[in-house]
Amino acid sequence: MKPSEAASGKERKNEEIRADYKKFIGRKVLFISLSLVLIVVIAGIAATLGSYQIAVAEVYAIIWHGLFHNPETTKELVIWNLRLPRIVMGILAGIGLAIAGTTMQGVVRNPLASPYTLGIASAAGFGAALAIILGAGFVTGKYLIIANAFVFALCSSFIIYGLSRYKGSTPETMILAGIALMYLFSAMTGVLQYLGKEEAVAEVVYWMFGSLGRASWDNLPIVFAVLAVCVPLLMLKSWDLNTLSAGDDSAKSLGVNVDQTRVMCFMLASFVTAGIICFTGTIGFIGLVAPHICRMVIGGDNRYLIPASGLFGAVILLSADTVARRIIAPTILPVGLVTAFMGVPLFLYLILRRRREYW
Amino acid sequence: MVKLKVTDVAFNYANVPVLKDVSIAVETTEFLGVLGPNGAGKSTLLKCIDRIISPQKGSIVLDGQDIKEMSRIELAKKIGYIPQSLSHAFSATVFDAVLMGRRPHLSWRTSEKDTEAVLDTLHMLHIEDLAMRDINELSGGQMQKVFIARALTQDPDVLLLDEPTSNLDVRHQLEVMHTIKSIVRKKGISAIMAIHDLNLAARYADRIVMMHNGTIFSAGEPAAVLTEENIQRVYGVEAEVYHNNGKLYIVPTRAIKHSDGKSG
Repeated sequence: MKPSEAASGKERKNEEIRADYKKFIGRKVLFISLSLVLIVVIAGIAATLGSYQIAVAEVYAIIWHGLFHNPETTKELVIWNLRLPRIVMGILAGIGLAIAGTTMQGVVRNPLASPYTLGIASAAGFGAALAIILGAGFVTGKYLIIANAFVFALCSSFIIYGLSRYKGSTPETMILAGIALMYLFSAMTGVLQYLGKEEAVAEVVYWMFGSLGRASWDNLPIVFAVLAVCVPLLMLKSWDLNTLSAGDDSAKSLGVNVDQTRVMCFMLASFVTAGIICFTGTIGFIGLVAPHICRMVIGGDNRYLIPASGLFGAVILLSADTVARRIIAPTILPVGLVTAFMGVPLFLYLILRRRREYW
Repeated sequence: MVKLKVTDVAFNYANVPVLKDVSIAVETTEFLGVLGPNGAGKSTLLKCIDRIISPQKGSIVLDGQDIKEMSRIELAKKIGYIPQSLSHAFSATVFDAVLMGRRPHLSWRTSEKDTEAVLDTLHMLHIEDLAMRDINELSGGQMQKVFIARALTQDPDVLLLDEPTSNLDVRHQLEVMHTIKSIVRKKGISAIMAIHDLNLAARYADRIVMMHNGTIFSAGEPAAVLTEENIQRVYGVEAEVYHNNGKLYIVPTRAIKHSDGKSG
């Protein structure tokens, strides 16, 4: 082959690779855009469904109108005070829990990790139980349960933070510590439930199911603020999270401070999770299912996977809440019960599929 | 000109000494082979050089600067490391895996320069056809090349390779050794390779360092280091060494059994 032929052959190959790569990225962007569209659509559908009938087109008109004027008519009040808070919380919680799950999976290098891998769910449950059954907590008044759940959830993460300073932040250390904490807090919650009064115990159980029913325009800005701070930080770390999947040694050789990245990412994921579940209770499986499905469709590059699973998580949670509200209407099921059923097809699929050594 | 100088380095894993007073010097444009039996400390030495682990004693100086004083990113721009076990937890395309090598150079987004660098190393290792394949679906030899490509994309001055040929077939072994040697010559970088195969080391390395029990037993030209006596002392193996047409051939014959039952 003449040198000029070889050079142009190489150029042609490069063009081919660039084109393929662009298509590859294009798929990810398409998925993200589709998820965004789906959120808007499902939000609209969710807002129309309920005991009080309102048509779809009217719903969007009312939402648009309500952005500039105070809601006055019954229809507007139903949408703005009853349904929209739930829907917005569903979107925010879906985004937060899914992104926390994606991050935790990258941190411990295991796709079975969830935002609750570090024992956060059990710790938050214990905090809520402490507040509900004993009335003991950090603040009084209507924020008693919320503050307790939040503080104890973060407690669990700080314990793991302390352990990893002492023993190093390997995935194994974190997972073992997380399991130990889960058992510890579950046991303590069990003691409280055993000793508590019936109504209080029932309330604890209900809290732990996870529900969007406590959403209001008072607490939504707090959740939004938590996401607005933590999600961009996690996006900045997404490239380093990618290098962790190549192994700690490789990541270090590429200039990544592995310990710092791991700790920072799991603290951010914990903060997001705690900030959501203190208001909603422990809604499960979003942080496990959303990243898993997205990874199957668009691959494991966290720069796209984090936003994609966030949006997809919102889609799943919104849909689950709509089902929870309507399936045995007028009774409203807690959304956490519906999401718990979602785990079943996922794990069935994992069991039945072709065996591979990687994810 | 000395590129890398390791002086009196000692490293213990949980109070067990693995490296004891190791000193070597590596020139620019040199292919250094590190030989030694399992447990001699080859991998540990490489990891100390790339600051993946930190020695308890001694210093490692690169281009006249102590590596402890460099930031991780600075070090990553100068040293590329290919680990012994190649694995990737999640699925990734070969292109993205090689792109990770640009991490020390990346700002926020990947630039045209980064893409160019990746394409160049893909061509250099003849894996451009694998660009969009999933890294976990590749054969051992292909994966090895991808990891070498990733290290090269860092644009390093020094390449550290931990037993890159151990799991490869004959053809891939020769390809990898040949590729490293030609990259050392063409790009003027240094390569330090831990390797088990005595014949490959003899044929491709410019200089050899033979380790034994955490110390340097012998260092120098391949013919000077790979003597029947050294091989017997370090590996506990009887071998025949032939010189033919300026090439060195080592033929191991048998493992030595000591009369007092200790292994060699």
